[in-house]
Amino acid sequence: MAYLTEGAEGLRSVPALLAHNAARYGSSPAYREKEYGIWQSWTWSEAAAEIEALALGLLNLGVNEGDFIAIIGRNRPYLYWSMVAAQCVGAIPVPLYQDAGAEEMEYVLAHCGARFVIAGDQEQVDKVIEIQDDLHQFEHMIYLDPRGLRKYDHRRLHAYDHVQAQGRAARDEFTGELEARKAKLDYDSICVMLYTSGTTGKPKGVVLSNRNIIETAKASSEFDHLKVDDEVLAYLPMAWVGDFIFSIGQAYWSGFCVNCPESPETMMTDLREIAPSYYFAPPRVFETQLTQIMIRMEDAGAFKKKTFHYFMDHARKVGPAILDGHEVGTFDRLKYRLGELMVYGPLKNALGFSNVRVGYTAGEAIGPEIFDFYRSLGINLKQLYGQTEASVFITQQPDGEVRSDTVGVPSPGVEIRIADTGEVFYRSPGVFVQYYKNAESTADTKDADGWVATGDAGFIEESTGHLRIIDRAKDVAAMADGAMFAPKYVENKLKFYPSILEAVVFGAGRDRCCAFINIDLAAVGNWAERNNIAYASYQELAGHEQVLDAIQSHIEEVNESIAQDPMLSGCQVHRFLVLHKELDADDGELTRTRKVRRKIIGEKFEDLVNALYDGSPSIYTETEVTYEDGRKGKITATLEIRDAKVVPATPQKLAAE
Amino acid sequence: MKDTEGYVTADGRQIGGTLMEMRNITLRFGGVVAIQDISFDIHEGEVRAIIGPNGAGKSSMLNVISGFYTPSEGEVWYQGAKRPPMKPFEVARQGVARTFQNIALFEGMTVLDNVMTGRLTHMNAGIASQALWWGKARDEEMENREKVERVIDFLEIQNIRKTPVGRLPYGLKKRVELARALAAEPSLLLLDEPMAGMNVEEKEDMSRFILDVNDEFGTTICLIEHDMGVVMDLSDRVVVMDYGKKIGDGTPDEVRNNQDVIDAYLGVPHE
Repeated sequence: MAYLTEGAEGLRSVPALLAHNAARYGSSPAYREKEYGIWQSWTWSEAAAEIEALALGLLNLGVNEGDFIAIIGRNRPYLYWSMVAAQCVGAIPVPLYQDAGAEEMEYVLAHCGARFVIAGDQEQVDKVIEIQDDLHQFEHMIYLDPRGLRKYDHRRLHAYDHVQAQGRAARDEFTGELEARKAKLDYDSICVMLYTSGTTGKPKGVVLSNRNIIETAKASSEFDHLKVDDEVLAYLPMAWVGDFIFSIGQAYWSGFCVNCPESPETMMTDLREIAPSYYFAPPRVFETQLTQIMIRMEDAGAFKKKTFHYFMDHARKVGPAILDGHEVGTFDRLKYRLGELMVYGPLKNALGFSNVRVGYTAGEAIGPEIFDFYRSLGINLKQLYGQTEASVFITQQPDGEVRSDTVGVPSPGVEIRIADTGEVFYRSPGVFVQYYKNAESTADTKDADGWVATGDAGFIEESTGHLRIIDRAKDVAAMADGAMFAPKYVENKLKFYPSILEAVVFGAGRDRCCAFINIDLAAVGNWAERNNIAYASYQELAGHEQVLDAIQSHIEEVNESIAQDPMLSGCQVHRFLVLHKELDADDGELTRTRKVRRKIIGEKFEDLVNALYDGSPSIYTETEVTYEDGRKGKITATLEIRDAKVVPATPQKLAAE
Repeated sequence: MKDTEGYVTADGRQIGGTLMEMRNITLRFGGVVAIQDISFDIHEGEVRAIIGPNGAGKSSMLNVISGFYTPSEGEVWYQGAKRPPMKPFEVARQGVARTFQNIALFEGMTVLDNVMTGRLTHMNAGIASQALWWGKARDEEMENREKVERVIDFLEIQNIRKTPVGRLPYGLKKRVELARALAAEPSLLLLDEPMAGMNVEEKEDMSRFILDVNDEFGTTICLIEHDMGVVMDLSDRVVVMDYGKKIGDGTPDEVRNNQDVIDAYLGVPHE
């Protein structure tokens, strides 16, 4: 297996990298967290000491090599230390999505047979207590925030700092054992197990080795020249592979500082205070920010508004070219400088992007306008394409070759192959070891030579070597007349409108396409406010005549644009409705990473799909919803179904095909 | 004093001895008798509720406790000593903090500054030191800020720390008021209708916080509330008032089954 490399001596596990960093960068900050209104920080040597104390405490609790330790909570230094401490004692950290319900958690905890759980707060502790009777292997739980937990039964429940204190007290007894266990870690030992949320079926435990994580971190750090003085804000779920690579893999390889926000609600303020130099966000975050800027500009005074639009127009014209180092006239450059002073600089500062040297977005397609907006401000926003199974990186965009419609060239060390079916395959040092306790799925996904199927259909652009993704391979289907049906392609075009949050297009095996639309409450709500449209609820706003008119015009514009593409012109949306509820992961309609679960939505709203196709002008429906505390309720609505204009495909192009 | 032993609640919490005792309190405004010969006590560490229909004299009672009104007759015993007539700020210095039914915050100031005012009773630095931001004033401010930040963290209002109170929705203002009262580190916390005007979700949050405050800091809480469900779930013991008189006193279950209380709330047919 020539594509697998061996790594450098002494740098073949995360605990080894930690020791290396404590020696190299002992006094530079490794972690920061805002608490009690102040950024608290820990240097690499302090972090190493904290991790050691916890690892000793885990030994004291009786953690064995090969045990699974589940970690649940928001991004906090203590929980990152938990992952590394688990690795130090030869256990395998399994970070879980903190917003998962008790049932979802039960499946995962039972599947990996976790003996230990480290939980962030009472909310997570309660969930585990609720399901612990069905978890035969579960033994001890460690919690971080003692609030509300003082009166709980502490026979199997331990405070984090208490475990650390016990570890420190037992240093003499356990240091030998800890060192021995650390020494045993090599490039093939398991680094972490991450559960993929999966748009279909049960989550699968992706086993990643030290080689996977460290090789990937090394290659990607070098690709973007990440250094010890870079800053990141860790705010994405710890259970997501990206966060593991950014906040542990790359941070430990490059030695940069991981900053944790005070609470999810203060994330934007914390972002501004930290001003990270390396930043990742899913397209949704960029979209929301842009929507907010635009909403606030609408409310600004006439002078400000004029200045903003004047300079933004200029930025759109020359900004990306300046960023890519292309030739731009002196006058335009000067005007851009002035714009930087007047608009771009303050705007970037308000967004927390003043220092961003490298920014990435991935996970979904990003609208070209959103993408260009940020790039025109001089923010080096790029796209990457990745998967949990690849330890994130498959392709990424090099500086100077950034476009919104490609996902870039293969990352260093990654080989890419497009199968005859159009599906993208890759092979790299980051390729996962296996799906835990699921040899069948492993064999389906990864072949004997190490090639992994992405499940995405795409092609490589011949002129540039960039990869372009069309859709999920299994979603690409044929319509009744044999024309190609690529729902994601249409949905993405729809979602680029600020007022459309989510779209689900149906049409596989049918004679025409129809769509469900979810409005974006922030954008549409603001629009309603400015136009004096009163509404009492999401449902009422979603069903408003003028909202429907606006959505209809968006769909018709999209239809026109789809008609330009001869291959996909059959995907134009003929009929649509605006859903009365927001699609939600708690109701199983989205994955935890907010991807649409097409099949489940199709089944759940079968009555609505049928109404779209049988021509009825409106439909009465009842839907079960799950509240945040797990209770269920029912909402009822009568939805109007509208027809959208479709454009005949351009025939001369077809002839040319 | 009678009954200073404390007791154990239904859910197994140990409640301490008597913290405050009202002895035969009567309050008159001219010819109007707002409170008529009422006695009850508040134990250390318990959640004590005062309930009753509109105009029963609940708020007057709370104002007597907080020192805003001086009772016409009767005695207030606090921490084992008879309390002489006092100004509200003197009562506050003794460790009694309160929130108000109709929010009384400084609308133009930030949440942080509002909560900081709760620390006023703990500040001793002289005016010169304060003005120069030097020595004792500086140390005190740092210490107080830390205490305030813990309260902010506890009540989960970090995200509005720097927001002027005037821009906050009603439910959050109520929480800021609670924060300000907590910042004073009171030994007795008076809550005047903490849930008034809140929606179900806000009520649930507020209930959670009240219980957490009682649980984490061991703060004794005396509250007035209209929402019967909330009162019965939160409190250890309840005093029921009607037309200025005490008509019931006991655990929520006892009060619920008290015929006088049922009559006062549901009304009795007039023959």
